[in-house]
Amino acid sequence: MTAFASSWRSAALTLAIGVVLLLALPGLVDDFTLIQLTIYAVMAILGVSLGFIWGFGGILCFGQAAFFGLGAYTYAIAVINIGDSTIPFLLAIVVPALFAALLGYVIFYGRLSDVYMGVITLTVTLILFNLVNSTAGPEWKIGSAPLGGFNGIPGIPTLNVPGDPDAVLSQQSLFTVSMVCLLLVYAGLRWLIASKLGRVIIAAKENEQRVLLLGYDARVYKLICFSLGGAIAGLAGCLFANWGAFTSPTIFGLAMSAQIIIWVIVGGLGTLVGPVVGCVVIQWLSTQIGTQQTFNSNLVLGAILVVFVLLVPRGIVPSLGDVIAAAWRRRRAPAAKQAIPAPLAPTETAG
Amino acid sequence: MDRRKFIQTSGAAALAGSSAILPLSALAADEIGVGSIHDLSGGLDIYGKPMVDCLTLAIEEQNAAGGLLGKKLKLFSYDTQSNMQMYAQFAQQAALKDKVAVVHGGITSASREVIRPVLNRNKTLYFYNTQYEGGVCDRGTFSTGVTPAQTVGKLIPYAMKKWGKKVYVIAADYNYGQITSQWVKKFVQDNGGSVASIDFFPLDVTTFGPTIAKIEAAKPDMVVSALVGGAHMSFYRQWAAAGLTKKIPLASTTFAVGNEHIVLSPAEADGFLLCYNYFENIDTPENKAFKERFHKRFGKDYPNITELAMGTYQGFKLWAEGVKKAGSVEIGKVTTALESGISINGPSGKVTIDPATHHCILNVSVAEVKAKKLNILLSFQQQAPTDTSAVCDLKKNPRDNQQYVIKV
Amino acid sequence: MDLAIIVIIQVLYAVAGLVIVSAGLAVIFGMMKVINLAHGEFMMLGAYATITAHGLGLNLWLAMLVVAPIAVGLVGVVLERLVIRRLYGRMVDTMLATWGLSLLLVGIVTSIAGNTTVGVSAPLGSFSIGAYSVSSYTLVIIAVAVVLALAIRWVLTKTSWGLIARGTMQKPEMADALGISPGRVYSVTFAVGAALSGLAGALLAPLTGVVPTMGGAFIAKAFITVIGGGPAILAGLVSASGLFGAINQLGTFLTTPVLGEVALLFTAIVMLRLLPQGITGRFFKGSL
Repeated sequence: MTAFASSWRSAALTLAIGVVLLLALPGLVDDFTLIQLTIYAVMAILGVSLGFIWGFGGILCFGQAAFFGLGAYTYAIAVINIGDSTIPFLLAIVVPALFAALLGYVIFYGRLSDVYMGVITLTVTLILFNLVNSTAGPEWKIGSAPLGGFNGIPGIPTLNVPGDPDAVLSQQSLFTVSMVCLLLVYAGLRWLIASKLGRVIIAAKENEQRVLLLGYDARVYKLICFSLGGAIAGLAGCLFANWGAFTSPTIFGLAMSAQIIIWVIVGGLGTLVGPVVGCVVIQWLSTQIGTQQTFNSNLVLGAILVVFVLLVPRGIVPSLGDVIAAAWRRRRAPAAKQAIPAPLAPTETAG
Repeated sequence: MDRRKFIQTSGAAALAGSSAILPLSALAADEIGVGSIHDLSGGLDIYGKPMVDCLTLAIEEQNAAGGLLGKKLKLFSYDTQSNMQMYAQFAQQAALKDKVAVVHGGITSASREVIRPVLNRNKTLYFYNTQYEGGVCDRGTFSTGVTPAQTVGKLIPYAMKKWGKKVYVIAADYNYGQITSQWVKKFVQDNGGSVASIDFFPLDVTTFGPTIAKIEAAKPDMVVSALVGGAHMSFYRQWAAAGLTKKIPLASTTFAVGNEHIVLSPAEADGFLLCYNYFENIDTPENKAFKERFHKRFGKDYPNITELAMGTYQGFKLWAEGVKKAGSVEIGKVTTALESGISINGPSGKVTIDPATHHCILNVSVAEVKAKKLNILLSFQQQAPTDTSAVCDLKKNPRDNQQYVIKV
Repeated sequence: MDLAIIVIIQVLYAVAGLVIVSAGLAVIFGMMKVINLAHGEFMMLGAYATITAHGLGLNLWLAMLVVAPIAVGLVGVVLERLVIRRLYGRMVDTMLATWGLSLLLVGIVTSIAGNTTVGVSAPLGSFSIGAYSVSSYTLVIIAVAVVLALAIRWVLTKTSWGLIARGTMQKPEMADALGISPGRVYSVTFAVGAALSGLAGALLAPLTGVVPTMGGAFIAKAFITVIGGGPAILAGLVSASGLFGAINQLGTFLTTPVLGEVALLFTAIVMLRLLPQGITGRFFKGSL
């Protein structure tokens, strides 16, 4: 990463842009576009969660959708049972985190590597999908919330102002809340990466052996990273349940997990802004494709993924960053030519 | 410097992109928008494609006849790709951005329950044209599909009289299958029979080997199937491969809706009993004329005009009548007009809207699969949606808004 | 008694099914360490090839056993040249690229063939065991799985091509020095793996509805079986299929198909926790 990218300046810049968008958009665009932007923001949070654990923690999780779905279902069940949405909101973050911790324990303390980790996370998300999908019967309910199986849970009450169950969020407020969450997550993660905890996590990704030799238990740090990713994904799930007022087992599915991975690849692995960009681009494309009949959506998404893996393996954000940085350097280069030419080192010739 | 510029441009691009989606699709002042939200790709498109085809034909016919209220109709067709999130998104788009006058859409009950609240919130009229398990009670929604009281209530007694009293039920594992299987149980018991077992299968299950062994062990007189979707077709394949199509007869509440009778061979499907509102060989002048128009538009070798496709066609025609009577597309006026007992002479016969339930009174027929065709055996005229009317009365409670899970 | 025989047949059938479905992926992963997530779509292509050939009048068995593998093998050669070749050694990247390929293939086939489920009926009728009828095709699947396993073993150990392939996979530079073109070997191996996947799809076409998205149902199981099997190709394939297939089918008999699936998945997790390198990472080490 370039010096600029990892400095606090880039974080401050991104946050500033984010705040501007947050404040300006509700007044600028119509209701429908605002609803669209809300789902982009929610999915962006999900993308960032995978971008964090993959890009910075080195954990390729094929089942990030599991935590997303757990967050959505936890919120739905809790809010239908409790009524006021404050505790369900917190539960939606904590439950996936706990589940991630449990799963992480199995994975990291079993010393499973890349591929095997991918398999386990994949199977977990499939298990959840299969289990929740078969809860259609009326006997499947937690408290007073029927799980609904394939149909999912419709009519989920929206978040309300803490303490006042009747003051539910409007569409605009939901957008604001989602954007605020996105910005907080981004800021929090940037701060974490710069802190000691974050540095160890990144080091564990780079070279686990060395980290162990330096006296850190890499497994604990990976576990923390993974659980945090699960918590963030759960938050996204909770907001998603609010956006659509429904949740269904398909969010546990393989397709959802695939989407998240595609966002991160396309946007840029190793950055936090990358997944946001990738998510918005792909989501927008999917919606566009859905409104016309010429091109099949799978075809386009598949082609994009292949092209990106082959030609733009680092994703949009880093590649664009490189291009812009190179252009900038070229602009500066003529000035440098006037500087003292680098002297040859005569002592280094063969002698 | 570099990052700021990038973020600015990307933010602006995202903004511009999302608000400039296909500017050509905006509604002109002299046009009425009709929204279609169906699955045209993914596992459920076998249901969705014929429905949109029929809707397209209906709109073209209406436009050729001068449009509605002097304005041309414009179709906004959304492909939800068998994805629930897309249903929610496109429902919002249809209501808020394209500001359509009516939405015809939703296939599975799950998708209906996702878009119904969205369209209600945004005061857009909604027509649900798929056969389903009954119980939707909502003043902003009209259901034109058949419900169990209309079909299952006729199919089961007929099948039991023909084959016997011991029934084994297999159903898709979501609320349609769950509720329909309860109705099957009710009608079986009402007719003095017994249900050996009710087994549920999620929509993506394709291995039915153990199930088939279990059915054989139970020795039923017949099997009733409420299986849904492409994956469940493998049950019929495996059933025939085990030689059971000839040994144990089968009736179904969903077979042929996805053209299964054309995909499967006669050896695999002959003899199955079904009961629906529309069959291609209904012998009326309206149906003959409709088929001619349909085949002229979509080709002579169109596989089959399905029950759901006809539901969509009839649903559109009903809405058009409502608009004509109301003289406007405003939801309140059209709803009142539709509630005054509008009826049309569709290709399946007379279809009337029942004001108390917003469901339809229509003809049903029991048919048998033979050589990739559906042959009508027995017809019943003007069946009322008695299952929904037992729980729903919108005249008394116009604010009612839910789906009743009808207890049998 | 009858029921016991039926259960045994069904279990053997499930194991055989897993062997056939995972064979292609096992060859490609075991030999080239490439995780081909487009495996399910190769199967789908094989199924469509069978149906098209059969629809054009060709005998079903020829279509299944000859046309499908050849057709998909050719597709494999093309894809290997265009995409996979550039990503050797980058396991994660190949996973992602092949995932993209799988979506692409689904999209292409959907655009060409539409999304209506098609298919063929299972040949050979049925036979009775006591009060139960069983499809004879089930026995065919079991037989093919056995023949397939034996054939793979024979080719890899008893033919020179097998030896060359194994040698190249272990030390490509050495093979290169000995005058063997590694690129050629990779292409052929990938094509063989693809052909096996096509064969699997063709054999399953009479049993499941053939839609462009049918691959998705198999990729997860195949992936789990191959990874769970471990580094040895054949021993891993057979042992993992045996374990998972048996648990899946017994679970299905005792409860419902869904819980049978869940049992398989759960076993996979437990097994990977206990044997992080797969079954043949610990047992049958060094075998083929």
